[in-house]
Amino acid sequence: MTLPVAADARLPPPIRPEYDRPLPPFIEAPVTRALPLTAWLWQQGWLRKGLILALLAAAWEALARFQNNDLLLPSFTATLSALADGFADGELVERVRISLAVLAQGYLIGAVLAFGLTTLAVSTQFGRDLLSTLTAMFNPLPAIALLPLALLWFGLGNGSLVFVLVHAVLWPLALNTFAGFQGVPETLRMAGRNYGLTGLSYVWQVLIPAALPAILSGLKIGWAFAWRTLIAAELVFGAASGKGGLGWYIYQNRNELYTDRVFAGLLLVILIGLIVENVVFATLERVTVRRWGVVR
Amino acid sequence: MTLTALHDISAPLAPEPTVYDYSEAASSPRELPAPLLRLAGVSLEYRTPARVVRAAHRIDLDIYQADRFVLLGPSGCGKSTLLKAVAGFIPPVEGTITLDGVPVRGPGPDRIVVFQEFDQLPPWKTVLQNVAFPLRASSLLSRRAAHQRARHYIDKVGLTPFADSYPHQLSGGMKQRVAIARALATQPRVLLMDEPFAALDALTRRKMQEELLALWEDSHFTLLFVTHSIEEALVVGNRVALLSPHPGRVRSEVNSHAFSLTSLGSPDFQAAVRRLHDRLFEPEPGTSERAAP
Repeated sequence: MTLPVAADARLPPPIRPEYDRPLPPFIEAPVTRALPLTAWLWQQGWLRKGLILALLAAAWEALARFQNNDLLLPSFTATLSALADGFADGELVERVRISLAVLAQGYLIGAVLAFGLTTLAVSTQFGRDLLSTLTAMFNPLPAIALLPLALLWFGLGNGSLVFVLVHAVLWPLALNTFAGFQGVPETLRMAGRNYGLTGLSYVWQVLIPAALPAILSGLKIGWAFAWRTLIAAELVFGAASGKGGLGWYIYQNRNELYTDRVFAGLLLVILIGLIVENVVFATLERVTVRRWGVVR
Repeated sequence: MTLTALHDISAPLAPEPTVYDYSEAASSPRELPAPLLRLAGVSLEYRTPARVVRAAHRIDLDIYQADRFVLLGPSGCGKSTLLKAVAGFIPPVEGTITLDGVPVRGPGPDRIVVFQEFDQLPPWKTVLQNVAFPLRASSLLSRRAAHQRARHYIDKVGLTPFADSYPHQLSGGMKQRVAIARALATQPRVLLMDEPFAALDALTRRKMQEELLALWEDSHFTLLFVTHSIEEALVVGNRVALLSPHPGRVRSEVNSHAFSLTSLGSPDFQAAVRRLHDRLFEPEPGTSERAAP
C-alpha cells in the first residue's frame, strides 16, 4: 500500500473499521510511583536554601582571606568563633533575650491595634476612611525618624523602643489585613452569612481565615520592619538602664574596634531573621494556608 | 434572530394545564395545600454606580413542600437575583417572600444555598468540617452530633474516602457534591441551588443531575433550582417557571414531573424542549412586525 498523500483534499476521509476492546484491569505497572531521589532532593526547600547560604559563606571566606585585614573584614571562621565566644560567656544570649523581649511587646501591641483598626474599617465607612488616611500619612514615615520624638515623650527606656516598634508594625499589618478582608470572594461571604454567622463570629470564622494569606504576609512585613527598626534604634541609644540589646552590642564593639564581634552581632541579626522567616512563619504557613491550598 | 424562524405560530400558548397534558395530573384538579414558600409581587432592584436596575418585576410564585421548582430563563432575567432574595441576601423593594407564612428577613440556615462557584467551600476546612460547619456555626447540633450527621450525608454523596481532604484536593464535581451534602445536612426548609452544575463538564453534569434526583427520591426535600438549560430544567424539576428578561417577569409555569433522565430523547421531551425554546426566543411584542396577539 502506498502512503496516504495529502494532495487531494477533495476526497472525504477514509472510512475505517470500528473496534471495541473491553479493557482488563491495569496491572502492568503501578499507576503512581515515587519521585527519583535527585528530584526529591531538589524539592526540599531547606536543602536549596542551605546551598545558597553555604555558597555565600564560602564567598565571604574567600574574599576575607584575599583582603587579609581583620579590622575591616574578618573572615567567616573568625566571625563564627567570635559568635561562639559570645554565646559561651552568655553575653550574646542576654543581649538577644533583651532585644526579643522588647520586640515581642511592640509587635503584639502593634498587631492588636492593627486588628482593631481593620475590624473597624470593614464594618464602617468612617473606619475605612480613618484607616486609609492614617496609613497614607504614617506608613511612609520611617520609624527611626520618630525616635527623637519618642525619646522626648517616653525617655531613655523601653517605652521609646516599644513606641517606634508599634509604629513600624501597625501600618503595614493594617494595610495588608484590610486588603485581605477586601479580597475575600463574594460567594464565600454569602456562604458564611447563609450559615447564620454575623458580627464578630463572622469576622473570626470566615473573614480572618479567608484573608489569612494576606494577614500572614502583613505579619511577615511587620516582623521585618520591627526587627530592623529595633536594631537601628538600639544602635542609637540602646543602653537603657545599662542593659542594651543586640544593636547596642554591635555599636559598643565597633567603638572598641572588635570588628569580628561586630560581624558576629550582624550575623546573629541575620540568623534570627532567617530563623523567624524560615521556621516560625514557614511553619505557620505550612499548617494553614499551604495545607488549605490557598497559597502555592 | 434565526431561531425565531423556527417559532411555530400555531402552538398553543395558553396557560396551564392545557399545554402539557399529563394523563395523571391533569384529570382531577385537587385542592392545593398552603405553599411552603410564597413570592407575592416581589420586585428586586440592584444598584450600579450610575443607575438603579430593576432585576425582577412583580414576581408571583408558589412553591410547595417537596417541589423541585426550577427557575428557567436567559441571562438577565433576574433568576439568580430572585434566588438570592429568597436566601435573604437582597431585600425586595416591593412584595413579600414568606417561608411557612413567616416573612424572610436576612440569610439563615433554613434556606441553604448551593452556589455555582467552587469557592463557596471554605478552603481551610476539610470535607467533613465543611459539611459540619453550618451545623456548628448556627449551633444546631453539638460537635459530635454534627460530625455524625456530616458523615451520613458525605456517605450519601459518595465522598466518604475524601472526608479528610481539603477542597483544593477535589475535582469540581466533588466540590459541588460537598456543597450539596453540606446543604442537605443542614436539613433546610428549602434547598436553593444557583446553577450548581453550570461550571461542570457535560458528563459530570449529567451524573450530578442523576445523583441529585436520587437524593430527592431519598428524602423529598424542597428544591428551588436556577438554570439556563432547558433540558436541565425539564429533567431536574417537577415544575418550571419561565422568566423573561429585562426585567425578569414570570412568563409561564409548566409541569415537568413526567420527565427524567431516561426521557431525554423521547418525542414528548423534544416537544417540551421545543415549546420552551420557542417561548424563550420569541421576539418581544412591538419589536417585530408580527405583533403579539
